[in-house]
Amino acid sequence: MDFSFMSKYYQFYIDGTAVTLFLSFFGVICGVVLGVLIALMKLSKNSIIKGFASSYIELIRGTPLLVQLYIVYYGLPRLVGWDFEDITLGIAAVSLNSAAYVAEIIRAGIQSIDKGQMEAARSLGMPHGMAMRYIIIPQAFKNILPALGNEFIVLIKESAIVSVVGIHDLMYKADTVRGNTYMPFAPLLVAAVIYFTITFGLSKLLGSVERRMRAGDSSI
Amino acid sequence: MIQVSNLNKEFGKLQVLKNIDINISQGEVVVIIGPSGSGKSTFLRCLNLLEEPTDGEIVFEGISITDKTNNINKQRQKMGMVFQQFNLFPHMTVMENITLSPMKLKKMEKKEAEKGALTLLKRIGLEDKAFVYPNQLSGGQKQRIAIARALAMSPDMMLFDEPTSALDPEMVGEVLQVMRELVAEGMTMVVVTHEMGFAKEVGSRVIFMDEGRIVEEGCPKEVFTHPKHPRTKDFLGKVLK
Repeated sequence: MDFSFMSKYYQFYIDGTAVTLFLSFFGVICGVVLGVLIALMKLSKNSIIKGFASSYIELIRGTPLLVQLYIVYYGLPRLVGWDFEDITLGIAAVSLNSAAYVAEIIRAGIQSIDKGQMEAARSLGMPHGMAMRYIIIPQAFKNILPALGNEFIVLIKESAIVSVVGIHDLMYKADTVRGNTYMPFAPLLVAAVIYFTITFGLSKLLGSVERRMRAGDSSI
Repeated sequence: MIQVSNLNKEFGKLQVLKNIDINISQGEVVVIIGPSGSGKSTFLRCLNLLEEPTDGEIVFEGISITDKTNNINKQRQKMGMVFQQFNLFPHMTVMENITLSPMKLKKMEKKEAEKGALTLLKRIGLEDKAFVYPNQLSGGQKQRIAIARALAMSPDMMLFDEPTSALDPEMVGEVLQVMRELVAEGMTMVVVTHEMGFAKEVGSRVIFMDEGRIVEEGCPKEVFTHPKHPRTKDFLGKVLK
């Protein structure tokens, strides 16, 4: 296979990777922040708040990311009446989607903690929020880390979809190279290798964080 | 110290506690016995509102804790609780387990809290376990640490919810010993237990509960040797043999 096009087009891949990393990074951050909020809403006792969170999660999980992307990309500017940067809309679409999955991971993580833990904390006189912060969340976090890491990896890969609305991410750039070189296959392979390098690196990193956290409580 | 009047608790249609009235004064050791499902644990958990009563009033040290305008967290700081399943915080060392609430709730300095914790650990004979995690302890050790954790808040009263029921028989003694010492120091205690020997030995009052009611109460000698109510006789006949 001929990869000689790379000497001419390597800068395309660097630019595209930068955009993909930028988009994924802020997608993950916003996704987690929103996800925590929605998880807390879903755990709320108020049935309206709880209902809103549940509907949100169901709607996001029940519609394709591509449709959500189009709705956000074409709908959000009209709804708010502002002109957003393309990349902002891309981040919004990706993180609104990810938030639903993150929320479910967090909710399950919190509910997996034995209720005796909350009772013990409350019996000592801790208010609910303090018990969550010092007792429940630290334990839940350790449990959800693998699932959360998985979700980050999914987000990075799925972010490739923003190329369809013309955001210049790695996938878009690879497509451009295909068009310019009339090579249908090889440029995609390069993109796949870059995506894999990013996700594999992240997966290894999260694995080592997990191991370190487990060493911390020296469980047997 | 604590007055309970007309306490009712329903779980859906099931009425678990029926019109419980009781006064517990300072220094008393009240032991609650009864068959499983009699409501004794629910009653104990109502005393610090871990279980919310359906109606009735509980007044602790002159403050109604069933009145929602009063801050339950403040009152709970003065009533320690020990659980059947220990409920130590597994992500913290023994030292952190004990010092967390004094530091966060009483704004105690770390040094001071740790000094207090070490004194408590010495008292229960576990000062060498200060920096291990709960999963390296035996059941009996866990329960003694759980008692120390509750004592770290210097409570005026201690609630014990079947503290020895989840323990191997050989570890029951060490936990009862710690509780005995607490009794000797004059701690006000309410203990739900199946340890009849312990009830007889340290209880200043025994309460027999069945089907959500207090069936009989009195000093342990009397209740154990001359139970009045036929249900009490039946129960004691089975457990004492």
